[in-house]
Amino acid sequence: MSVTMREAPAVSTSRRVIPDGRYPFSGLLASEWTKLRTVRSTMWTLLATAVAGIGIGAIATAATAARWSRMSPLRRLSFDPTRVSLTGLLLAQLAIGILGILVVSAEYSTGTIRATFSVAPRRSAVLVAKAIVFGAVALVSGEVVSFVAFFSGQAILSGKAPHATLSQPDVLRAVVGGGLYLAVLGLLALGIAAIVRHSAGAIGTFVGILLILPLIVAALPSSIGNQIGRYLPANIGVVLLSTRHLGSSFSPWVGFGVLCGYAVAAIAIGGALIVRRDV
Amino acid sequence: MIEIKGLTKHYGDKVAVDQLSFDVVPGRVTGFLGPNGAGKSTTMRLVMGLDAPSAGSATVNGRRFHDLPWPLREVGAHLEAKAINPGRGAFAHLWMLAQANRIPRRRVEEMLQFVGLADVSRQRVGKFSLGMGQRLGIAAALLGDPGVLLFDEPVNGLDPDGIRWVRHMLKGLAAEGRTVFVSSHLMSEMALTADQVVVIARGRLMADMPVSEFTAASSQRFVRVRSPEKGRLSAALASEGAEVTEERDGSLFVRGANEVEIGELAARLSIVLHELSPQSASLEEAFMAMTEGSLEYSNTHALADADPVGRGVGR
Repeated sequence: MSVTMREAPAVSTSRRVIPDGRYPFSGLLASEWTKLRTVRSTMWTLLATAVAGIGIGAIATAATAARWSRMSPLRRLSFDPTRVSLTGLLLAQLAIGILGILVVSAEYSTGTIRATFSVAPRRSAVLVAKAIVFGAVALVSGEVVSFVAFFSGQAILSGKAPHATLSQPDVLRAVVGGGLYLAVLGLLALGIAAIVRHSAGAIGTFVGILLILPLIVAALPSSIGNQIGRYLPANIGVVLLSTRHLGSSFSPWVGFGVLCGYAVAAIAIGGALIVRRDV
Repeated sequence: MIEIKGLTKHYGDKVAVDQLSFDVVPGRVTGFLGPNGAGKSTTMRLVMGLDAPSAGSATVNGRRFHDLPWPLREVGAHLEAKAINPGRGAFAHLWMLAQANRIPRRRVEEMLQFVGLADVSRQRVGKFSLGMGQRLGIAAALLGDPGVLLFDEPVNGLDPDGIRWVRHMLKGLAAEGRTVFVSSHLMSEMALTADQVVVIARGRLMADMPVSEFTAASSQRFVRVRSPEKGRLSAALASEGAEVTEERDGSLFVRGANEVEIGELAARLSIVLHELSPQSASLEEAFMAMTEGSLEYSNTHALADADPVGRGVGR
Protein backbone atom coordinates (compact mmCIF):
# COMPACT_ATOMS: atom_id res chain seq x y z
CA MET A 1 0.00 0.00 0.00
CA SER A 2 1.27 3.43 -0.78
CA VAL A 3 1.21 6.16 1.77
CA THR A 4 2.00 9.79 1.34
CA MET A 5 3.27 12.04 4.04
CA ARG A 6 2.58 15.70 4.29
CA GLU A 7 5.82 17.49 3.61
CA ALA A 8 5.97 20.48 5.94
CA PRO A 9 6.01 19.71 9.63
CA ALA A 10 3.10 21.65 11.01
CA VAL A 11 2.69 19.88 14.29
CA SER A 12 1.46 22.83 16.26
CA THR A 13 -0.36 25.83 14.92
CA SER A 14 -1.22 27.50 18.19
CA ARG A 15 0.61 27.95 21.45
CA ARG A 16 0.38 24.88 23.61
CA VAL A 17 -1.93 25.08 26.58
CA ILE A 18 -1.70 22.54 29.38
CA PRO A 19 -4.93 22.35 31.37
CA ASP A 20 -5.08 22.60 35.15
CA GLY A 21 -5.33 19.55 37.35
CA ARG A 22 -4.04 16.23 36.17
CA TYR A 23 -5.09 13.41 33.90
CA PRO A 24 -8.34 12.12 35.36
CA PHE A 25 -9.33 8.59 36.26
CA SER A 26 -12.35 8.88 33.95
CA GLY A 27 -9.90 9.23 31.06
CA LEU A 28 -8.29 5.95 32.06
CA LEU A 29 -11.70 4.26 32.10
CA ALA A 30 -12.47 5.62 28.62
CA SER A 31 -9.06 4.48 27.42
CA GLU A 32 -9.51 0.96 28.81
CA TRP A 33 -12.96 0.73 27.24
CA THR A 34 -11.47 1.65 23.85
CA LYS A 35 -8.74 -0.96 24.30
CA LEU A 36 -11.22 -3.66 25.22
CA ARG A 37 -13.59 -3.06 22.32
CA THR A 38 -10.89 -2.67 19.65
CA VAL A 39 -9.28 -6.10 19.80
CA ARG A 40 -10.84 -9.20 18.36
CA SER A 41 -9.94 -11.41 21.30
CA THR A 42 -12.66 -9.65 23.31
CA MET A 43 -15.35 -10.66 20.86
CA TRP A 44 -14.03 -14.21 20.57
CA THR A 45 -13.74 -14.86 24.30
CA LEU A 46 -17.17 -13.35 24.99
CA LEU A 47 -18.62 -15.45 22.19
CA ALA A 48 -16.95 -18.53 23.70
CA THR A 49 -18.38 -17.58 27.09
CA ALA A 50 -21.88 -17.41 25.62
CA VAL A 51 -21.57 -20.59 23.55
CA ALA A 52 -20.16 -22.56 26.47
CA GLY A 53 -22.56 -21.13 29.04
CA ILE A 54 -25.72 -21.40 27.01
CA GLY A 55 -24.90 -24.23 24.56
CA ILE A 56 -23.26 -26.66 26.96
CA GLY A 57 -25.98 -25.88 29.50
CA ALA A 58 -28.66 -26.73 26.94
CA ILE A 59 -26.94 -29.99 25.97
CA ALA A 60 -26.51 -31.08 29.60
CA THR A 61 -30.12 -30.17 30.36
CA ALA A 62 -31.47 -32.02 27.33
CA ALA A 63 -29.47 -35.11 28.31
CA THR A 64 -30.89 -34.98 31.83
CA ALA A 65 -34.44 -34.48 30.51
CA ALA A 66 -34.06 -37.50 28.26
CA ARG A 67 -32.82 -39.66 31.16
CA TRP A 68 -35.44 -38.48 33.65
CA SER A 69 -37.90 -41.36 33.14
CA ARG A 70 -35.13 -43.90 33.80
CA MET A 71 -33.60 -42.12 36.80
CA SER A 72 -33.49 -43.75 40.22
CA PRO A 73 -35.67 -42.18 42.95
CA LEU A 74 -32.56 -41.16 44.85
CA ARG A 75 -31.18 -39.29 41.82
CA ARG A 76 -34.58 -37.68 41.28
CA LEU A 77 -34.58 -36.52 44.89
CA SER A 78 -31.26 -34.71 44.49
CA PHE A 79 -32.20 -33.27 41.08
CA ASP A 80 -31.58 -29.52 40.93
CA PRO A 81 -33.04 -28.12 37.68
CA THR A 82 -31.40 -24.72 38.24
CA ARG A 83 -27.97 -26.22 38.74
CA VAL A 84 -28.32 -28.45 35.67
CA SER A 85 -29.32 -25.53 33.43
CA LEU A 86 -26.27 -23.58 34.62
CA THR A 87 -23.79 -26.43 34.00
CA GLY A 88 -22.28 -24.59 31.03
CA LEU A 89 -21.10 -21.77 33.27
CA LEU A 90 -18.40 -24.09 34.59
CA LEU A 91 -16.92 -24.12 31.09
CA ALA A 92 -17.76 -20.48 30.37
CA GLN A 93 -15.62 -19.53 33.38
CA LEU A 94 -12.51 -20.55 31.43
CA ALA A 95 -13.38 -18.28 28.50
CA ILE A 96 -14.16 -15.25 30.64
CA GLY A 97 -11.00 -15.92 32.66
CA ILE A 98 -8.92 -15.90 29.48
CA LEU A 99 -10.39 -12.51 28.56
CA GLY A 100 -9.52 -11.21 32.04
CA ILE A 101 -5.97 -12.46 31.56
CA LEU A 102 -5.59 -10.97 28.08
CA VAL A 103 -6.73 -7.54 29.29
CA VAL A 104 -3.42 -7.38 31.16
CA SER A 105 -1.07 -9.88 29.52
CA ALA A 106 -1.70 -8.80 25.92
CA GLU A 107 -0.36 -5.36 26.80
CA TYR A 108 2.83 -6.93 28.07
CA SER A 109 3.26 -9.38 25.19
CA THR A 110 2.74 -6.68 22.54
CA GLY A 111 4.66 -3.94 24.36
CA THR A 112 1.61 -1.65 24.42
CA ILE A 113 2.10 -1.43 28.18
CA ARG A 114 5.02 0.93 27.64
CA ALA A 115 2.81 3.28 25.63
CA THR A 116 0.13 2.99 28.30
CA PHE A 117 2.47 3.83 31.17
CA SER A 118 3.97 6.67 29.12
CA VAL A 119 0.62 8.41 29.06
CA ALA A 120 -0.57 7.27 32.49
CA PRO A 121 2.31 6.63 34.90
CA ARG A 122 -0.01 5.94 37.86
CA ARG A 123 0.18 2.24 37.22
CA SER A 124 -2.09 1.08 40.01
CA ALA A 125 -4.79 3.45 38.71
CA VAL A 126 -4.40 1.89 35.26
CA LEU A 127 -4.86 -1.58 36.76
CA VAL A 128 -7.94 -0.47 38.71
CA ALA A 129 -9.39 1.09 35.54
CA LYS A 130 -8.80 -2.19 33.72
CA ALA A 131 -10.49 -4.13 36.52
CA ILE A 132 -13.52 -1.83 36.54
CA VAL A 133 -14.02 -1.86 32.76
CA PHE A 134 -13.42 -5.59 32.39
CA GLY A 135 -15.44 -6.33 35.55
CA ALA A 136 -18.43 -4.40 34.19
CA VAL A 137 -18.26 -6.15 30.82
CA ALA A 138 -17.82 -9.55 32.49
CA LEU A 139 -20.72 -8.91 34.87
CA VAL A 140 -23.14 -7.88 32.14
CA SER A 141 -22.06 -10.78 29.91
CA GLY A 142 -22.13 -13.22 32.83
CA GLU A 143 -25.63 -12.23 33.88
CA VAL A 144 -26.94 -12.39 30.32
CA VAL A 145 -25.40 -15.84 29.82
CA SER A 146 -26.65 -17.06 33.19
CA PHE A 147 -30.24 -15.90 32.66
CA VAL A 148 -30.41 -17.14 29.07
CA ALA A 149 -28.95 -20.50 30.14
CA PHE A 150 -31.48 -20.73 32.96
CA PHE A 151 -34.54 -19.90 30.87
CA SER A 152 -33.55 -22.07 27.92
CA GLY A 153 -32.69 -24.92 30.29
CA GLN A 154 -36.05 -24.71 32.05
CA ALA A 155 -37.81 -24.62 28.68
CA ILE A 156 -35.99 -27.82 27.70
CA LEU A 157 -36.95 -29.50 31.01
CA SER A 158 -40.59 -28.48 31.08
CA GLY A 159 -42.96 -31.29 30.29
CA LYS A 160 -40.25 -33.93 30.72
CA ALA A 161 -38.93 -33.31 34.20
CA PRO A 162 -39.47 -30.94 37.11
CA HIS A 163 -38.30 -27.44 36.29
CA ALA A 164 -37.57 -24.35 38.32
CA THR A 165 -38.94 -20.81 38.29
CA LEU A 166 -37.28 -17.67 39.55
CA SER A 167 -39.84 -17.35 42.34
CA GLN A 168 -38.77 -20.61 43.99
CA PRO A 169 -36.41 -20.33 46.94
CA ASP A 170 -32.73 -19.82 46.06
CA VAL A 171 -33.34 -19.96 42.30
CA LEU A 172 -32.92 -16.23 41.65
CA ARG A 173 -29.88 -16.24 43.91
CA ALA A 174 -28.32 -19.09 41.88
CA VAL A 175 -29.00 -17.42 38.52
CA VAL A 176 -27.81 -13.97 39.61
CA GLY A 177 -24.94 -15.70 41.41
CA GLY A 178 -23.92 -17.39 38.14
CA GLY A 179 -23.24 -14.02 36.51
CA LEU A 180 -21.52 -12.68 39.62
CA TYR A 181 -19.36 -15.79 39.80
CA LEU A 182 -18.17 -15.35 36.19
CA ALA A 183 -17.36 -11.67 36.76
CA VAL A 184 -15.43 -12.15 39.99
CA LEU A 185 -13.60 -15.20 38.68
CA GLY A 186 -12.63 -13.13 35.63
CA LEU A 187 -11.27 -10.46 37.96
CA LEU A 188 -9.27 -13.12 39.81
CA ALA A 189 -7.81 -14.14 36.44
CA LEU A 190 -7.00 -10.48 35.68
CA GLY A 191 -5.21 -10.22 39.03
CA ILE A 192 -3.24 -13.39 38.32
CA ALA A 193 -2.20 -11.93 34.96
CA ALA A 194 -1.00 -8.76 36.71
CA ILE A 195 1.20 -10.92 38.92
CA VAL A 196 2.44 -13.30 36.22
CA ARG A 197 2.35 -10.92 33.18
CA HIS A 198 2.70 -13.70 30.59
CA SER A 199 -0.46 -15.06 28.96
CA ALA A 200 0.60 -18.69 29.02
CA GLY A 201 1.74 -18.60 32.63
CA ALA A 202 -1.38 -16.81 33.78
CA ILE A 203 -3.72 -19.15 31.88
CA GLY A 204 -1.84 -22.15 33.30
CA THR A 205 -2.14 -20.83 36.83
CA PHE A 206 -5.81 -19.99 36.39
CA VAL A 207 -6.72 -23.36 34.90
CA GLY A 208 -4.63 -25.07 37.57
CA ILE A 209 -6.59 -23.36 40.32
CA LEU A 210 -9.93 -24.23 38.72
CA LEU A 211 -9.33 -27.75 37.45
CA ILE A 212 -6.16 -29.25 38.95
CA LEU A 213 -6.43 -28.04 42.53
CA PRO A 214 -9.82 -29.79 43.07
CA LEU A 215 -8.26 -33.08 41.89
CA ILE A 216 -5.42 -32.72 44.37
CA VAL A 217 -7.80 -31.88 47.20
CA ALA A 218 -10.02 -34.82 46.27
CA ALA A 219 -7.04 -37.12 46.71
CA LEU A 220 -6.56 -35.96 50.30
CA PRO A 221 -8.27 -37.75 53.23
CA SER A 222 -11.82 -36.42 53.41
CA SER A 223 -11.36 -34.96 56.90
CA ILE A 224 -8.72 -32.55 55.55
CA GLY A 225 -10.06 -32.43 52.01
CA ASN A 226 -13.46 -31.08 53.04
CA GLN A 227 -11.86 -28.39 55.15
CA ILE A 228 -9.66 -27.21 52.28
CA GLY A 229 -12.14 -28.00 49.52
CA ARG A 230 -14.59 -25.32 50.51
CA TYR A 231 -11.99 -22.64 49.87
CA LEU A 232 -11.56 -23.68 46.24
CA PRO A 233 -13.03 -21.25 43.68
CA ALA A 234 -14.52 -24.17 41.72
CA ASN A 235 -16.34 -25.41 44.83
CA ILE A 236 -17.58 -21.91 45.65
CA GLY A 237 -18.91 -21.71 42.08
CA VAL A 238 -20.82 -24.99 42.28
CA VAL A 239 -22.42 -23.93 45.59
CA LEU A 240 -23.40 -20.57 44.14
CA LEU A 241 -25.04 -22.21 41.12
CA SER A 242 -26.99 -24.73 43.23
CA THR A 243 -30.26 -24.24 45.05
CA ARG A 244 -29.37 -26.90 47.61
CA HIS A 245 -26.81 -26.78 50.34
CA LEU A 246 -23.81 -28.98 49.69
CA GLY A 247 -22.11 -30.78 52.60
CA SER A 248 -19.17 -29.03 54.19
CA SER A 249 -19.11 -26.09 51.79
CA PHE A 250 -19.49 -22.44 52.71
CA SER A 251 -22.98 -21.00 52.31
CA PRO A 252 -23.35 -19.37 48.86
CA TRP A 253 -22.78 -15.77 49.88
CA VAL A 254 -19.98 -16.53 52.33
CA GLY A 255 -18.28 -18.48 49.57
CA PHE A 256 -18.83 -15.60 47.18
CA GLY A 257 -17.27 -13.25 49.75
CA VAL A 258 -14.22 -15.52 49.92
CA LEU A 259 -13.97 -15.48 46.11
CA CYS A 260 -14.19 -11.67 46.09
CA GLY A 261 -11.39 -11.68 48.66
CA TYR A 262 -9.21 -13.77 46.30
CA ALA A 263 -9.86 -11.40 43.40
CA VAL A 264 -9.11 -8.30 45.47
CA ALA A 265 -5.95 -9.90 46.89
CA ALA A 266 -4.70 -10.96 43.44
CA ILE A 267 -5.31 -7.49 41.98
CA ALA A 268 -3.71 -5.80 44.98
CA ILE A 269 -0.61 -8.01 44.80
CA GLY A 270 -0.48 -7.59 41.01
CA GLY A 271 -0.79 -3.81 41.40
CA ALA A 272 1.98 -3.66 43.99
CA LEU A 273 4.26 -5.70 41.70
CA ILE A 274 3.44 -3.65 38.59
CA VAL A 275 4.32 -0.43 40.43
CA ARG A 276 7.68 -1.84 41.51
CA ARG A 277 8.72 -3.66 38.37
CA ASP A 278 10.38 -2.22 35.28
CA VAL A 279 8.36 -2.56 32.10
CA MET B 1 14.26 20.35 29.13
CA ILE B 2 15.51 16.95 30.24
CA GLU B 3 17.98 16.83 33.11
CA ILE B 4 19.92 13.68 33.82
CA LYS B 5 22.01 13.57 36.97
CA GLY B 6 24.21 10.69 38.06
CA LEU B 7 21.78 8.30 36.36
CA THR B 8 22.69 4.66 36.95
CA LYS B 9 20.85 1.47 36.13
CA HIS B 10 21.83 -2.09 36.96
CA TYR B 11 20.09 -5.18 35.64
CA GLY B 12 21.33 -7.83 38.01
CA ASP B 13 25.08 -7.33 38.09
CA LYS B 14 25.19 -5.83 34.61
CA VAL B 15 25.53 -2.04 34.50
CA ALA B 16 23.45 -0.66 31.64
CA VAL B 17 23.77 3.03 32.49
CA ASP B 18 26.65 4.27 34.59
CA GLN B 19 26.65 7.69 36.31
CA LEU B 20 25.27 9.59 33.33
CA SER B 21 24.85 13.34 33.70
CA PHE B 22 23.81 15.71 30.92
CA ASP B 23 21.04 18.10 29.99
CA VAL B 24 18.92 18.13 26.86
CA VAL B 25 17.86 21.68 26.17
CA PRO B 26 14.95 23.12 24.17
CA GLY B 27 15.24 24.60 20.72
CA ARG B 28 17.65 22.15 19.24
CA VAL B 29 17.91 18.55 18.17
CA THR B 30 20.11 16.58 20.54
CA GLY B 31 21.46 13.40 19.02
CA PHE B 32 22.02 10.52 21.41
CA LEU B 33 24.73 8.34 19.99
CA GLY B 34 26.34 5.11 20.94
CA PRO B 35 26.90 1.63 19.59
CA ASN B 36 24.15 -0.93 20.04
CA GLY B 37 24.08 -1.96 23.67
CA ALA B 38 25.53 1.32 24.91
CA GLY B 39 22.51 2.09 27.08
CA LYS B 40 20.60 4.57 24.91
CA SER B 41 17.25 2.80 25.10
CA THR B 42 17.68 2.19 28.81
CA THR B 43 18.34 5.89 29.38
CA MET B 44 15.19 6.76 27.47
CA ARG B 45 13.13 4.25 29.44
CA LEU B 46 14.50 5.78 32.65
CA VAL B 47 13.47 9.27 31.50
CA MET B 48 9.98 7.94 30.72
CA GLY B 49 9.67 6.37 34.15
CA LEU B 50 9.26 2.91 32.63
CA ASP B 51 12.29 1.58 34.47
CA ALA B 52 13.32 2.81 37.89
CA PRO B 53 16.90 4.10 38.22
CA SER B 54 19.28 2.28 40.56
CA ALA B 55 20.76 5.67 41.43
CA GLY B 56 20.56 9.26 40.23
CA SER B 57 17.63 10.94 38.58
CA ALA B 58 16.09 11.93 35.28
CA THR B 59 13.63 14.81 35.24
CA VAL B 60 11.50 16.45 32.60
CA ASN B 61 10.78 20.15 33.03
CA GLY B 62 12.08 19.83 36.56
CA ARG B 63 9.81 16.95 37.54
CA ARG B 64 10.08 13.22 37.70
CA PHE B 65 8.01 11.67 34.94
CA HIS B 66 5.59 10.16 37.47
CA ASP B 67 4.82 13.61 38.84
CA LEU B 68 3.83 15.16 35.51
CA PRO B 69 0.14 16.12 35.67
CA TRP B 70 -0.50 15.53 31.94
CA PRO B 71 2.34 13.24 30.78
CA LEU B 72 1.35 13.06 27.13
CA ARG B 73 0.92 16.84 26.88
CA GLU B 74 4.43 17.41 28.25
CA VAL B 75 6.50 14.50 26.92
CA GLY B 76 5.98 12.48 23.80
CA ALA B 77 8.07 9.39 23.28
CA HIS B 78 8.49 6.95 20.47
CA LEU B 79 10.61 4.17 21.90
CA GLU B 80 9.80 1.08 19.85
CA ALA B 81 8.49 0.89 16.33
CA LYS B 82 5.98 -1.87 16.74
CA ALA B 83 5.21 -2.07 20.44
CA ILE B 84 1.54 -2.02 19.58
CA ASN B 85 -1.15 -4.67 19.75
CA PRO B 86 -1.14 -6.04 16.17
CA GLY B 87 -4.88 -6.66 16.30
CA ARG B 88 -5.77 -3.06 16.95
CA GLY B 89 -6.16 -0.39 14.27
CA ALA B 90 -3.94 2.67 14.08
CA PHE B 91 -6.78 5.00 14.98
CA ALA B 92 -7.81 2.90 17.98
CA HIS B 93 -4.22 2.78 19.24
CA LEU B 94 -3.87 6.55 19.13
CA TRP B 95 -7.37 7.16 20.42
CA MET B 96 -6.91 5.05 23.54
CA LEU B 97 -3.68 6.93 24.32
CA ALA B 98 -5.37 10.28 23.67
CA GLN B 99 -8.31 9.49 25.92
CA ALA B 100 -6.04 8.87 28.90
CA ASN B 101 -4.90 12.50 28.69
CA ARG B 102 -8.17 14.06 27.48
CA ILE B 103 -6.84 14.82 24.04
CA PRO B 104 -9.61 15.40 21.48
CA ARG B 105 -10.41 12.99 18.68
CA ARG B 106 -9.71 15.73 16.12
CA ARG B 107 -6.06 15.75 17.19
CA VAL B 108 -5.81 12.00 16.60
CA GLU B 109 -7.12 12.45 13.07
CA GLU B 110 -4.74 15.37 12.45
CA MET B 111 -1.73 13.32 13.52
CA LEU B 112 -2.78 10.39 11.33
CA GLN B 113 -2.91 12.86 8.43
CA PHE B 114 0.44 14.31 9.40
CA VAL B 115 2.28 11.00 9.32
CA GLY B 116 0.43 9.82 6.24
CA LEU B 117 -1.53 6.98 7.83
CA ALA B 118 -5.04 8.47 7.55
CA ASP B 119 -6.01 6.12 4.71
CA VAL B 120 -4.98 3.02 6.64
CA SER B 121 -6.11 4.13 10.08
CA ARG B 122 -8.69 1.33 10.40
CA GLN B 123 -6.34 -1.42 9.28
CA ARG B 124 -4.85 -3.75 11.83
CA VAL B 125 -1.40 -2.57 12.87
CA GLY B 126 -0.11 -6.14 12.46
CA LYS B 127 -0.22 -5.61 8.70
CA PHE B 128 1.90 -2.47 8.87
CA SER B 129 5.47 -2.36 7.59
CA LEU B 130 8.24 -1.36 9.96
CA GLY B 131 8.23 2.10 8.40
CA MET B 132 4.49 2.50 8.96
CA GLY B 133 4.99 1.34 12.54
CA GLN B 134 7.64 4.03 12.95
CA ARG B 135 5.25 6.67 11.66
CA LEU B 136 2.46 5.49 13.93
CA GLY B 137 4.90 5.74 16.86
CA ILE B 138 5.81 9.27 15.80
CA ALA B 139 2.12 10.19 15.62
CA ALA B 140 1.65 8.83 19.14
CA ALA B 141 4.57 10.90 20.44
CA LEU B 142 3.12 14.06 18.91
CA LEU B 143 -0.47 13.48 20.09
CA GLY B 144 -0.29 15.73 23.11
CA ASP B 145 1.60 18.49 21.24
CA PRO B 146 4.34 18.11 23.88
CA GLY B 147 7.28 20.41 24.52
CA VAL B 148 9.67 17.51 25.08
CA LEU B 149 10.11 14.67 22.60
CA LEU B 150 12.12 11.45 22.72
CA PHE B 151 12.68 9.25 19.70
CA ASP B 152 14.60 5.98 19.86
CA GLU B 153 16.10 5.13 16.45
CA PRO B 154 13.17 6.69 14.55
CA VAL B 155 14.58 6.21 11.05
CA ASN B 156 15.09 2.45 11.21
CA GLY B 157 13.03 0.78 8.56
CA LEU B 158 12.26 3.98 6.69
CA ASP B 159 13.04 4.47 3.02
CA PRO B 160 15.22 7.45 1.98
CA ASP B 161 12.14 9.65 1.59
CA GLY B 162 10.95 8.69 5.02
CA ILE B 163 14.37 9.36 6.52
CA ARG B 164 14.44 12.80 4.96
CA TRP B 165 10.93 13.45 6.23
CA VAL B 166 11.89 12.48 9.81
CA ARG B 167 15.02 14.62 9.65
CA HIS B 168 12.96 17.58 8.46
CA MET B 169 10.33 16.97 11.13
CA LEU B 170 12.88 16.76 13.95
CA LYS B 171 14.43 20.05 12.91
CA GLY B 172 11.00 21.62 12.61
CA LEU B 173 10.07 20.49 16.12
CA ALA B 174 13.26 21.96 17.54
CA ALA B 175 12.70 25.19 15.60
CA GLU B 176 9.32 25.46 17.33
CA GLY B 177 11.24 25.61 20.61
CA ARG B 178 10.76 22.03 21.68
CA THR B 179 13.29 19.77 23.34
CA VAL B 180 14.10 17.02 20.85
CA PHE B 181 16.15 14.02 21.97
CA VAL B 182 16.87 11.42 19.26
CA SER B 183 18.94 8.30 19.54
CA SER B 184 20.85 6.71 16.73
CA HIS B 185 23.77 4.38 16.26
CA LEU B 186 24.74 6.16 13.05
CA MET B 187 26.93 9.22 13.46
CA SER B 188 26.46 10.17 9.81
CA GLU B 189 22.70 10.43 10.32
CA MET B 190 23.08 12.60 13.40
CA ALA B 191 25.62 14.84 11.68
CA LEU B 192 22.84 15.83 9.30
CA THR B 193 20.09 16.16 11.90
CA ALA B 194 21.43 17.11 15.29
CA ASP B 195 22.69 20.38 16.69
CA GLN B 196 24.17 18.78 19.77
CA VAL B 197 25.49 15.25 20.30
CA VAL B 198 25.63 13.21 23.44
CA VAL B 199 27.78 10.12 22.95
CA ILE B 200 27.69 7.18 25.31
CA ALA B 201 29.39 3.82 25.35
CA ARG B 202 28.93 1.06 27.89
CA GLY B 203 26.54 3.29 29.75
CA ARG B 204 29.11 6.03 30.26
CA LEU B 205 29.18 9.55 28.87
CA MET B 206 31.88 9.94 26.20
CA ALA B 207 31.02 13.36 24.79
CA ASP B 208 28.42 16.11 25.06
CA MET B 209 29.15 18.85 22.53
CA PRO B 210 27.79 20.76 19.56
CA VAL B 211 27.87 18.73 16.35
CA SER B 212 30.11 21.34 14.74
CA GLU B 213 32.69 20.81 17.46
CA PHE B 214 32.43 17.04 17.14
CA THR B 215 32.89 17.32 13.38
CA ALA B 216 35.88 19.63 13.78
CA ALA B 217 37.47 17.34 16.31
CA SER B 218 36.92 14.35 14.11
CA SER B 219 38.28 15.96 10.98
CA GLN B 220 41.57 16.14 12.87
CA ARG B 221 44.24 14.90 10.55
CA PHE B 222 46.64 12.09 10.99
CA VAL B 223 49.44 10.68 8.90
CA ARG B 224 49.93 7.16 7.73
CA VAL B 225 53.56 6.06 7.70
CA ARG B 226 55.18 2.83 6.60
CA SER B 227 58.79 2.10 7.30
CA PRO B 228 61.01 -0.99 7.69
CA GLU B 229 62.34 0.64 10.87
CA LYS B 230 59.04 1.41 12.47
CA GLY B 231 60.26 0.65 16.01
CA ARG B 232 62.93 3.33 15.88
CA LEU B 233 60.64 5.74 14.07
CA SER B 234 57.80 5.43 16.53
CA ALA B 235 60.15 5.86 19.48
CA ALA B 236 61.52 9.02 17.89
CA LEU B 237 58.03 10.34 17.09
CA ALA B 238 56.85 9.61 20.59
CA SER B 239 59.80 11.49 22.08
CA GLU B 240 58.74 14.47 19.89
CA GLY B 241 55.28 14.35 21.50
CA ALA B 242 53.36 12.69 18.65
CA GLU B 243 50.86 9.95 19.27
CA VAL B 244 51.64 6.78 17.34
CA THR B 245 49.48 3.70 16.92
CA GLU B 246 50.34 0.65 14.91
CA GLU B 247 47.73 -0.77 12.57
CA ARG B 248 47.19 -4.40 11.82
CA ASP B 249 48.87 -4.13 8.42
CA GLY B 250 52.05 -2.84 10.09
CA SER B 251 51.62 0.79 9.15
CA LEU B 252 51.82 3.57 11.74
CA PHE B 253 49.10 6.15 12.36
CA VAL B 254 50.62 9.35 13.64
CA ARG B 255 48.72 12.20 15.27
CA GLY B 256 50.27 15.41 16.54
CA ALA B 257 52.85 15.70 13.80
CA ASN B 258 52.31 16.52 10.14
CA GLU B 259 53.87 14.85 7.10
CA VAL B 260 56.55 17.53 6.80
CA GLU B 261 57.71 17.11 10.41
CA ILE B 262 57.66 13.34 10.15
CA GLY B 263 59.61 13.34 6.86
CA GLU B 264 62.25 15.67 8.24
CA LEU B 265 62.60 13.66 11.43
CA ALA B 266 63.02 10.45 9.40
CA ALA B 267 65.65 12.08 7.19
CA ARG B 268 67.54 13.33 10.24
CA LEU B 269 67.65 9.84 11.67
CA SER B 270 68.22 8.21 8.26
CA ILE B 271 65.14 6.13 8.53
CA VAL B 272 63.77 4.79 5.26
CA LEU B 273 60.10 5.53 4.61
CA HIS B 274 57.89 3.48 2.30
CA GLU B 275 54.83 5.62 2.73
CA LEU B 276 54.06 9.05 4.14
CA SER B 277 50.45 10.02 3.48
CA PRO B 278 48.22 12.51 5.26
CA GLN B 279 44.71 11.21 6.06
CA SER B 280 41.56 12.59 7.57
CA ALA B 281 39.13 10.57 9.64
CA SER B 282 35.51 10.33 8.67
CA LEU B 283 32.87 11.26 11.19
CA GLU B 284 32.00 7.61 11.58
CA GLU B 285 35.65 6.76 12.29
CA ALA B 286 35.85 9.50 14.90
CA PHE B 287 32.75 8.12 16.53
CA MET B 288 34.19 4.63 16.47
CA ALA B 289 37.46 5.82 17.91
CA MET B 290 35.57 7.47 20.72
CA THR B 291 33.57 4.40 21.59
CA GLU B 292 36.33 1.94 20.72
CA GLY B 293 37.23 -0.64 23.28
CA SER B 294 33.85 -0.11 24.81
CA LEU B 295 31.93 -2.20 22.33
CA GLU B 296 29.81 -4.98 23.68
CA TYR B 297 30.79 -7.11 20.73
CA SER B 298 34.30 -7.21 19.36
CA ASN B 299 32.80 -7.04 15.90
CA THR B 300 33.26 -3.42 14.91
CA HIS B 301 30.88 -3.83 11.99
CA ALA B 302 28.11 -3.70 14.54
CA LEU B 303 28.50 0.05 14.30
CA ALA B 304 28.09 0.32 10.59
CA ASP B 305 25.32 -2.22 10.20
CA ALA B 306 21.85 -0.85 10.55
CA ASP B 307 19.92 -2.63 13.24
CA PRO B 308 17.46 -4.58 11.13
CA VAL B 309 14.85 -5.08 13.81
CA GLY B 310 14.72 -1.51 14.92
CA ARG B 311 14.70 -2.31 18.59
CA GLY B 312 18.11 -0.82 19.25
CA VAL B 313 18.97 -3.12 22.06
CA GLY B 314 17.00 -5.28 24.41
CA ARG B 315 17.60 -5.35 28.09
